[in-house]
Amino acid sequence: MSVLVYTESENGKFKKAAYEAASYAKGIADQLGTSVTAVSVNAEDDASLGKYGVRKVLKVSNDKLSKFNADAYADVLTQAAKNEDAKVVVLSQTANDKYLAPVLAVNLEAGYAANAVALPESTEPFTVKRNAFTNKAFNFSSISSDVKIVGVSKNAYSLKENETDAMVEEFSPSLDESDFSVNVESVDKATDKVTIADAEIVVSGGRGLKGPENWGMIEDLADTLGAATACSKPVSDMGWRPHSEHVGQTGKPVAANLYIAVGISGAIQHLAGINASKYKVVINNDPEAPFFKAADYGIVGDAFEVVPQLTEKLKEFKANNS
Amino acid sequence: MKILVCISHVPDTTSKINFTEGDTKFDTNGVQFVINPNDEFGLTRAMWFKEKQGASVDVVNVGEADTEPTLRKALAIGADNAIRVNTPATDGFQVAKELAKVAQDGGYDLIIAGRESIDYNGGMVPGMLAKLIKANFVNTCVSLEVEGDKATAIREIDGGKETLTANLPLVIGGQKGLVEESDLKIPNMRGIMMARKKPLNVVEPVGADAKTKAEKFAKPAPKGDVKLVDKDNLDELIDLLHNDAKAI
Repeated sequence: MSVLVYTESENGKFKKAAYEAASYAKGIADQLGTSVTAVSVNAEDDASLGKYGVRKVLKVSNDKLSKFNADAYADVLTQAAKNEDAKVVVLSQTANDKYLAPVLAVNLEAGYAANAVALPESTEPFTVKRNAFTNKAFNFSSISSDVKIVGVSKNAYSLKENETDAMVEEFSPSLDESDFSVNVESVDKATDKVTIADAEIVVSGGRGLKGPENWGMIEDLADTLGAATACSKPVSDMGWRPHSEHVGQTGKPVAANLYIAVGISGAIQHLAGINASKYKVVINNDPEAPFFKAADYGIVGDAFEVVPQLTEKLKEFKANNS
Repeated sequence: MKILVCISHVPDTTSKINFTEGDTKFDTNGVQFVINPNDEFGLTRAMWFKEKQGASVDVVNVGEADTEPTLRKALAIGADNAIRVNTPATDGFQVAKELAKVAQDGGYDLIIAGRESIDYNGGMVPGMLAKLIKANFVNTCVSLEVEGDKATAIREIDGGKETLTANLPLVIGGQKGLVEESDLKIPNMRGIMMARKKPLNVVEPVGADAKTKAEKFAKPAPKGDVKLVDKDNLDELIDLLHNDAKAI
């Protein structure tokens, strides 16, 4: 009857999203008066999950699972959920978790609420507050099926420490040939850059930068802060920056701690995409830009003057505070 | 190749979102509905399969009669046939089960849906549909090529891309990248006239149950005023970010 959580790892290390999902699962387990069981796949530091309230870890070690495969991973979680008789399964909302969630839902005949931002406001009925209308609103969704799947949004519930002794048990689910009918041919991932999905801070540039040749100052500011870079839709449409950096309603959502927008006016679609970020800074020479209504801090000024100065000052600040 | 494109009928991206009836219903007053943008990228990719590889393209929506203008727009863009499953869309599982019936009856090789709709953002219909009909599935797909019965797809992952291969039948959760924004077509008059004559078949639902229910809605708390910092006093901004926001 425990709450099951899938804790995603990469190169053996758990992602921050996995610890957030574990924290959230512990919150639900407390509501239901039960404990948390995590499933890890080819992870190294399983005991670290105990810090966030995990009581038991089902540790899967299998070379066939060295590359993510939605069907196979969903199969692992299906067997774990049945073994544990879990009525609630918690996932994060990484690209991989979003990929496997609907497959798992069909396997378990479970209702699925994606993008949850808070613990269930009630467990009977099981009602979850979630982002909807691409962050323009919230939706309270009740799940009526016997097994329930909740995907918790990045940075919404955050990490909650809850020191517990985690028992680690080997778990060897049986995998079927049909679990691998989609083949991963190659993975192309920059390892030296902070990604938008993982970043605590995102620095984003818009049309106000006038051309791709001026992106150096955005990258300098991002490097200084250990931030990811992003851009507005027109910038990606004009090919100044790759689509993978496009932030907004039809691009990537950003749920960072700090979002710094440079030369972005703040179209409603862009603001929706970044709304889940905690603090927003806008730098724009037009004081009437709509972004000023959505931001916490604003600077009216020429980006070409303000951004390099800000980068220099942040370097000094970092040097004095490290 | 027989292609089915799943179309969600959603508020235009510029819509202001409001609710009525004690915040239990989405307020459609003054809202313009469009093809879900993630679906439109997929529809346009399907048109290329039609032009270059002789594919046939059907479009489908689960919804009541008010969604027909959105299906007509898909026909005007170039789809051959439209199907409307005559029942309100209530949750992802219900929609996926209704689509599974259409998919099985039609015997499609390739089914393209958007990775998520921009209204409920459930992000579950393509994956559920694939599992229900035992087809292969690629989510957040940004590139797709098909030769014979083999597909090569590129999927966006956090911080990169992954190249996948799979046999048909295949279900895609698509997004921008399948085609570019500049490739999207606004239907011309000829397309709109032709769309009026194309078949729009209304089929009765299998009556699938929903497993979730949208009980109520809420809007985010209004934002406080922005704190303006003088451009010649950037130390103040750093101080605010460090001490107030604790973000650096």
